[in-house]
Amino acid sequence: MKKNKSIQKEPFVRIVKRDNIKLPKIILIYSIAIVGGLLLSGLISVLFSEKGIGDFFQSLFTGAFGSERKFWLLLQDTSLLLGTSMALLPAFKMKFWNLGGNGQILVSCLSAIACMFYLGGKVSDSVIILLMFFASVIAGALWAVIPAIFKAKFNTNESLFTLMMNYIATGLVSLCITIWVKSGSGVLAPIAYGNIPEIGNKYLLPIILFVLITVFMYIYLRSAKHGYEISVVGESINTAKYVGIKVDKVIIRTMLLSGAIAGLVGFILAGSINHTISTASANNMGFTGIMATWLASFNPLLIMLTSFFITFISKGMVEVRKTFMFTNDSISNIVVGIVYFAIIICSFFINYKLVFRKKEKEEIKK
Amino acid sequence: MEKTVVLQLKNITKRFGSKVLANNNVSLDVYKGEILSILGENGCGKTTLMNMIAGIYYPDSGKILINGEEVIIRSPRDAFEHKIGMIHQHFKLIDIFTAAQNVALGIENEKYNLKSVNNRIKEMAQKYGFNINLDKKIYEMSVSEKQTVEILKVLYRGADILILDEPTAVLTPQEIRSLFNVLKAMKDDGKSIIIITHKLNEVMEISDRVTVLRKGEHIATVNTAQTSEKELTEMMVGEKIDLNINRTEPVDSKLRLSVSGLTVKKPDGYKVIDNVSFEAFGGEILGIAGIAGSGQKELLEAIAGLNSYDSGTLTYYHPKKDKPVSFYHKTYKRVMELANENAFKDNNGNDIDFKKLSKKEIKALVNEEKILFKEDEVIDLKDKSPREIRELGIRLSFVPEDRLGMGLVGSMDIVDNMMLRSYRKGKSLFLNRKIPSDLADRIISELEVNTPDSHTAVRKLSGGNVQKILVGREIASSPAILMTAYPVRGLDINSSYTIYNLLNEQKQKGVSVIFVGEDLDVLMALSDRILVLSGGKISGIVDARTTTKDEIGLLMVKSGKNEVTE
Repeated sequence: MKKNKSIQKEPFVRIVKRDNIKLPKIILIYSIAIVGGLLLSGLISVLFSEKGIGDFFQSLFTGAFGSERKFWLLLQDTSLLLGTSMALLPAFKMKFWNLGGNGQILVSCLSAIACMFYLGGKVSDSVIILLMFFASVIAGALWAVIPAIFKAKFNTNESLFTLMMNYIATGLVSLCITIWVKSGSGVLAPIAYGNIPEIGNKYLLPIILFVLITVFMYIYLRSAKHGYEISVVGESINTAKYVGIKVDKVIIRTMLLSGAIAGLVGFILAGSINHTISTASANNMGFTGIMATWLASFNPLLIMLTSFFITFISKGMVEVRKTFMFTNDSISNIVVGIVYFAIIICSFFINYKLVFRKKEKEEIKK
Repeated sequence: MEKTVVLQLKNITKRFGSKVLANNNVSLDVYKGEILSILGENGCGKTTLMNMIAGIYYPDSGKILINGEEVIIRSPRDAFEHKIGMIHQHFKLIDIFTAAQNVALGIENEKYNLKSVNNRIKEMAQKYGFNINLDKKIYEMSVSEKQTVEILKVLYRGADILILDEPTAVLTPQEIRSLFNVLKAMKDDGKSIIIITHKLNEVMEISDRVTVLRKGEHIATVNTAQTSEKELTEMMVGEKIDLNINRTEPVDSKLRLSVSGLTVKKPDGYKVIDNVSFEAFGGEILGIAGIAGSGQKELLEAIAGLNSYDSGTLTYYHPKKDKPVSFYHKTYKRVMELANENAFKDNNGNDIDFKKLSKKEIKALVNEEKILFKEDEVIDLKDKSPREIRELGIRLSFVPEDRLGMGLVGSMDIVDNMMLRSYRKGKSLFLNRKIPSDLADRIISELEVNTPDSHTAVRKLSGGNVQKILVGREIASSPAILMTAYPVRGLDINSSYTIYNLLNEQKQKGVSVIFVGEDLDVLMALSDRILVLSGGKISGIVDARTTTKDEIGLLMVKSGKNEVTE
């Protein structure tokens, strides 16, 4: 039993739901979160080195925008992340938690490289590129549709399944590299055949392609009957059944599309950017893409912004690491984590506000 | 008798967000040894107010006084220390524990000794006239037994002020009576009881005083003996309303649906619907009564094609008599099959000799609407999915119990919800939002839906408006059969009567309306016949005009007999 009940006070802080928050306020909260997160990250970096906070921001921006090449790379990587997010988006809209972006990109990359490796020099480049395109799109779609079929028919957990498919993909890549690289170095040298020709400069192709995909996805989800079915299935399977939507079919169809777009990312990585493959070729975009999609609350146009921001931070942090002479990437990972965390937390403040206990003086005044 | 005030609320205000003012400046006294009803429509702040006494919410401003002393109640534990206990609408019990274990759960300063717990509960049970088996596990219990455990749990903690949130909503008339006896016994023992309810007849029967809330405001507190149902309704709604349901005699009753020997099993083999047979006619309202979970949901879902069934037949009589056959819903092959069954006649009512006609000629006749059905078309619904049902042109509408989880998509706007039934129409890959948008505007104006515009997410609307959208959409496809499950649950009085009137209109148009309800008074006032389900079986079909509440109540608990009495 608690004693002195009269001493009990009303709760110190209460959480109250906001409604009707205005856009400027949302932007303000996000800006505070981003600037706050960056500041905190900067302070932590400063703590572990002899440089100052000014250096932190300077290298952050030089890392991303420092030269024309860096700027183009920033845009190119943004577009790849955008492409990956567009692959994940329809699945997420359907509440199919596809954690297998990495695996889907990797197998499609592998299929394209296999075309380059085995056909290089034997047939013309244009034929190889055409085959690479189909091979990677089909491979990506296949990698995504396997978990979808199991989900549709046996209701298996798609998160675990797609995640496991990532490991299989990584294993396949290591296996192929071991077979292909006779020297035993484990590194596949860039292949000169089947390279996709440049448009304008060598960065422009993925940028154009994935912006187009984004526009397509925007229209597909908003105005197509397919997109409508995806939303209904995602929102409530019961409603979908009630109106006669074939849920199995929608899940499988959507994952084919999702995997095919991931396949395009793999195709570009293999044919236009790397011309080779390693187990890290997907650059973890399958997961970073989840970040980009969620932060944009599944809005394709906002995903352009979030992909850009995420790419900016990671590019900038590479430079910070150099300037601050961090020998491993743990600290920069921590820093990136802090920034993400700040953004995620701020969505709480967009939905809720805190009400603190009024000071007793104020109450007396009243 | 001198009255002592045990609980006082002074100027309690509670907001949710900036828009919702759940309670505004409510003041209230509760006396020792009385039953006080808190009456009000859904969403008027009854439960919120009680939750603040029980420590679930904390008021934004105002004071709570117990025995004249101001108290701060921050949690249900604080509430118990002040001898306040609340029995919530959704029971908070552990299914795999026995009644006694549930009662003993969470009591700290006492050794866990089931024997002494048992003894004390038995004493209490005897004192107030409870009937309970303490060793029974919760999952084996009926709703009314679970409620008893909840009450015991609160009493065991020494509560002197008991708050019951809609305690009768899920009980049969007989169970309600025994609950009321218990409540009276507790009142005589000096306990104060607060009942939250929106049922007027119960208020009149059980309570000493009534407090009426409307839109979060305290309207009045009156002595039950000095008021009437009519006066209370006016206080609740804020205006005079006509509480009569205008029931017309069924006209033009044609068989629309025949269910025969329908059995639906759960995956574990348990029969949720057991050999159910009945018929539904156009131009009548068939009420379906029964304790919650007696198979109402499964029955409707089986008819709607949502669930497969194990045995039995569902036959739909398509109102096609004297109407032309078309290729819109039928293939040429199907038309010829029907022709072989001699289903058609020509404009003059004579038989058509299809053998003399070429395929081209037949097609031309169909397109000119010169081939008519002789009788209503008989369609077997066996293994038909909702989509196939639609494609056959069967006009079967269904307003499911779970409005936002099945009938509508909460996060979508009104227009997109209108499309749910019709978006597939046409060959285009893209959606046409023009027609659904017009339909949405029409429903909003005709049914007086309170919404900022047709692009508001339906989740943001109140229960009554959500239901108007759903019913409006289902009626818009001019159904031959309209099935509704608990269509007025959670609705305020005005919205409820809007829905009753809509159902009556449909009935007068010759629609066969199937109405699953929980309020027996409404069922008896609205339906033409009432089918009573008990444990998945039909325990009786009675004439709604001559039956009594007691008769239905008994049928609800009767272990199902399958003979159909009409």
